[in-house]
Amino acid sequence: MQEFIQQLVNGLSLGAIYALIALGYTMVYGIIKLINFAHGDVMMVGAFVGFFSITLLGANIAVAMLLAMTACALLGIIIEKVAYRPLRNSTRIASLITAIGVSFLLEYLTIFFIGPNQKVFPATAFAVKAYDIAGLSILNKDVFVFVSAVALMLVLQYIIKYTKTGKAMRAVSLDMEAAVLMGISVDKTISMTFAIGSALAAAAGVMVGVYYGTINPLMGIIPGLKAFVAAVLGGIGIIPGAMVGGFVIGLLETIVSGYGNSLYRDAVSFGVLILILLIKPTGLFGKDTGEKV
Amino acid sequence: MLVVLFSLIQYGISTRMLSQYYQINLTSMCINIILAVSLSLINGFTGQLSLGHAGFMAVGAYAAVIMTTKLDYPFLAALVGAALAAGMAGFVIGVPTLRLKGDYLAIATLALGEIIRVVLQNIDYVNGPAGISGIPKLTTWAWLFGGVVLTLIVVVNLVNSSYGRAIISVREDEIAAELMGINTTKYKVLAFVIGAGFAGLAGALYGHYFYIIKPETFNFMKSFDILVMVVLGGLGSTTGAVIAAIFITILTAALQPFPEIRMILYALILIIVMIYRPQGLMGNKEFSRQTLGRIWGGRK
Repeated sequence: MQEFIQQLVNGLSLGAIYALIALGYTMVYGIIKLINFAHGDVMMVGAFVGFFSITLLGANIAVAMLLAMTACALLGIIIEKVAYRPLRNSTRIASLITAIGVSFLLEYLTIFFIGPNQKVFPATAFAVKAYDIAGLSILNKDVFVFVSAVALMLVLQYIIKYTKTGKAMRAVSLDMEAAVLMGISVDKTISMTFAIGSALAAAAGVMVGVYYGTINPLMGIIPGLKAFVAAVLGGIGIIPGAMVGGFVIGLLETIVSGYGNSLYRDAVSFGVLILILLIKPTGLFGKDTGEKV
Repeated sequence: MLVVLFSLIQYGISTRMLSQYYQINLTSMCINIILAVSLSLINGFTGQLSLGHAGFMAVGAYAAVIMTTKLDYPFLAALVGAALAAGMAGFVIGVPTLRLKGDYLAIATLALGEIIRVVLQNIDYVNGPAGISGIPKLTTWAWLFGGVVLTLIVVVNLVNSSYGRAIISVREDEIAAELMGINTTKYKVLAFVIGAGFAGLAGALYGHYFYIIKPETFNFMKSFDILVMVVLGGLGSTTGAVIAAIFITILTAALQPFPEIRMILYALILIIVMIYRPQGLMGNKEFSRQTLGRIWGGRK
């Protein structure tokens, strides 16, 4: 039992990271019905921005995270403008293929400029300590990841529920044409969505750096895919669903690698995806809307 | 024309006029053509975006290598076995997943391709992540050429048959096709299984040329390579897929010393083709003797 609770504690921080990335997927999908394949790589860019602001600028972890979020928000806006906007009215396969292209472009541009080797996330920015609470060993990095992720999610909830931008985002995702008629600038709203989603991914990237200790240009692929699984699990396009899905996948993964074979860790989340898609493609929180001709 | 091409290159190889370097690239070219044409049947003609093609290639490669090295079957039987095994995998994966549409299908096939790889990594019988090495080099130019010709004959004839019309109708409008009484699931699975089978054949040829197969070779990147060829050639053009496969192989060989630039170029090809020419280089047009004749006639 003790061990099980320990696994749960370990899984919570990983789940929080997945949830943050999943939020970006779900927000973008909710608004333009595009699976932004490049989202995991935006996270990677965020991790590298964080890394360089610590090593080159000597920033502390909070400043590094803010810098990463700002840089990636810009990156998200640029990606949307250059690659996705021209394709907004074309087939979904075309935009999906473009998204795959953007993803590889980010990965290999990073390799080209920074090199393919992994970098050790500076320990000076975050000294890992373990606390012993009621027989459980709790690392301060887990607490940091969990607390900052939850804080960001609360901020996101506030933005979406109570600000004008958030209202516009919800309106556009509900009915784009009606939103235009109401005088909402769709382009601006979509840009905002990409900015917010990418900023969350960047924060997650810095957290991955702290959590795993190393970063590399291809680190975005697997967490990106898993976060996507999380988004689908919760019902893609539904924001609370992404949070729940993220935690579920994170916990599941830690439990599987804790008790079983860690090599199967990746297969498990993909298995979950297949099961969800076959049993309830709309996800845990999704409603079936039927198919319109 | 085919015979002439075949004999010319065979002559070149047997008289050692073509060096090892060209032979390897020629092999990759043939394998890529089989892969691109088979994926173009799924992605291009049926309109079902599959991102797990490398997984089927892996199934075929492993099936064939096990048959030749561990069970001592002749090479031909191993090739057939590889195609059957990959086709079967395609059936098992296709039946449940092809109910999904568009992007969901893409992700599901991507996930299944990765699952195949992870499972192979965990099977001790095939040495897990280390893979199988010391495979006899049984793939000769004749086998490669035969494989390419067989793939082209099957895919071209299939597309031009009534089955092919049904498959294309699924791509154009699935609901309308269903209303016309076409069993869309059946045709989607059919195309998927045939595509997977040929990917398996390509995998078998690959394994018996490059001495070693390991799960890591057949990861998502490999599927992506094949996708680039299909997209560049045009979604729904067999000749386009062939031309793109040849082009990409040459590009890969030329950029061998700079793998990052190659990948950046691939990514740019995908984005730019999708934005400016979403139908690909050839669109859904075919390059055949008729078109040649038309160009010829136009010039007169």
